[in-house]
Amino acid sequence: MTAPLLTLSGVSTFYGAIQALRDVDMTVNEGEIVTLIGANGAGKSTLMMTICGSPRARTGSIVYDGRDIARLPTHEIMRQRIAQAPEGRRIFGRMTVYENLLMGAEVSGQTDIPALLDQICDLFPRLKERLSQRGGTLSGGEQQMLAIGRALMARPRLLLLDEPSLGLAPLVVRQIFGAIRTLNRETGLTVLLVEQNAHQALRLAHRGYVLVNGAITMAGTGADLLARPEIRAAYLEGGG
Amino acid sequence: MFVTRLAPVRPDVFARPVRTEGVEALAYALQQLINGVTLGMIYGLIAVGYTMVYGIIGMINFAHGDIFMVGAFLSLISLLGLASLGITAVPLALALTLLFAAGLAALYGWTVERVAYRPLRGSFRLAPLISAIGMSIVLQNFVQVGQGARVKPMNALLPGGIELMNEGDFAVQLSWMQIAIVATTLIVLTAFTWLVTRTPLGRSMRACEQDLKMAGLLGIDTDRTISLTFVIGAALAAVAGLLFLLYYGVIDFFIGFLAGVKAFTAAVLGGIGSLPGAVLGGLLIGLIEVFWSAYFSVEYKDVAAFAVLILVLIFRPSGILGRAEVEKV
Repeated sequence: MTAPLLTLSGVSTFYGAIQALRDVDMTVNEGEIVTLIGANGAGKSTLMMTICGSPRARTGSIVYDGRDIARLPTHEIMRQRIAQAPEGRRIFGRMTVYENLLMGAEVSGQTDIPALLDQICDLFPRLKERLSQRGGTLSGGEQQMLAIGRALMARPRLLLLDEPSLGLAPLVVRQIFGAIRTLNRETGLTVLLVEQNAHQALRLAHRGYVLVNGAITMAGTGADLLARPEIRAAYLEGGG
Repeated sequence: MFVTRLAPVRPDVFARPVRTEGVEALAYALQQLINGVTLGMIYGLIAVGYTMVYGIIGMINFAHGDIFMVGAFLSLISLLGLASLGITAVPLALALTLLFAAGLAALYGWTVERVAYRPLRGSFRLAPLISAIGMSIVLQNFVQVGQGARVKPMNALLPGGIELMNEGDFAVQLSWMQIAIVATTLIVLTAFTWLVTRTPLGRSMRACEQDLKMAGLLGIDTDRTISLTFVIGAALAAVAGLLFLLYYGVIDFFIGFLAGVKAFTAAVLGGIGSLPGAVLGGLLIGLIEVFWSAYFSVEYKDVAAFAVLILVLIFRPSGILGRAEVEKV
């Protein structure tokens, strides 16, 4: 098999003196959906942000497409066709939906913006009706679609999704997860998905990692992890 | 002391006793309106620089007024230089001076950010503020040493004007200079508005203003965008410096302080962080200052402007067009 698209080896990240990630090893292969599950404060979002260079990994290497990106500035990492729909969506509330989407494409040097825009609107028809509306006026679900759409406008090879289901109605979550699956199947997009909604995430993903207190404690295929009793006890009881 | 220095030097326009009756009173008020709008435009141009920098990195760039002063000096040097080269056609000389002053002041703005603010990013909140005050002192002393402390006069480039109204012994004058100032400001602000609302650079600036971290996650080089914000703000301040020089005909190394504080007041009044607010605030401060001078007392015109600042801060801290600061979720 070819080399993985993304390989983290021995990555540790600190906030000041506090260690948030401990010696994390992880791989994401091209065309895979990989999910990272864990409790609040386990370091899931920190891991996503560390891949993007903010905060920077203090030790270890992050190899993307054969190149160590751990020391690159954030904006250069994000120009390597890595895109993130971050925790809390972070859409630009005082820009229109159209401008938000444009921001995703422009900096990464996409030229065929109308075609990209059509693609996003096919995926999330709700956004199409709202193109001229300000981002801040959208509902939570629409904002999440916009955040993902904005990330997709960069034509990423690797899409990082941080808790896309947070605070959304089950129907909307299904819609969004459906869109991720479609993208992965039809375009071969590689996805790294952080989720608290472990049940749905593991069903969607090819493989998963479990993060506890900043360290990877378990890894396996989605189905394999779903079947493990300790996962069921810790993350799935009462859920799903 | 600054009051006399900054006092208008066009006695034909300003130094009139107050008219309180009939058409003459109306004419007098109209004249004040014209003067106020002209002055307000200059404040507005400076205020835009304060508000842009505040919007994007949340600091008050106290050296901005001094960049304006540097712009005024660069304009004077350029105009004298062009005159000695024999270029005396006024529109050409003004256009060249505008480019020269704006270009060099932009370089000053870039340097100040690079040297005094960027190394402190991520430091505690007051650090860049203190550094800005330091840069302000540096620039003032630099110009004082380089150009001398004496007031620099300049002959009026565009004497005369249009007489709009003549009531009794009071004539309402719209000077060519005022027309030039208002026209230049409108052109510059139109170009600036287009830049911010319609271009990729403008979108990047707005993205950085709304969420610096997310802007970085989209691949925007945030340091570069911040630099460009300082560059653009400084260029606008230099335009204001040129207009100030043309309007008042005298400058010295200290004009940046008072004009800077007034423009800052304008930015706060309009709503700091809001670009239209900065222009609106500039106009209001210009009008308040001129009308106060015309009807009450010239000596207390600065007090009037700053009293407004205090009232705004007490009763409407987010300014006229500002957004109440909502904690982002």
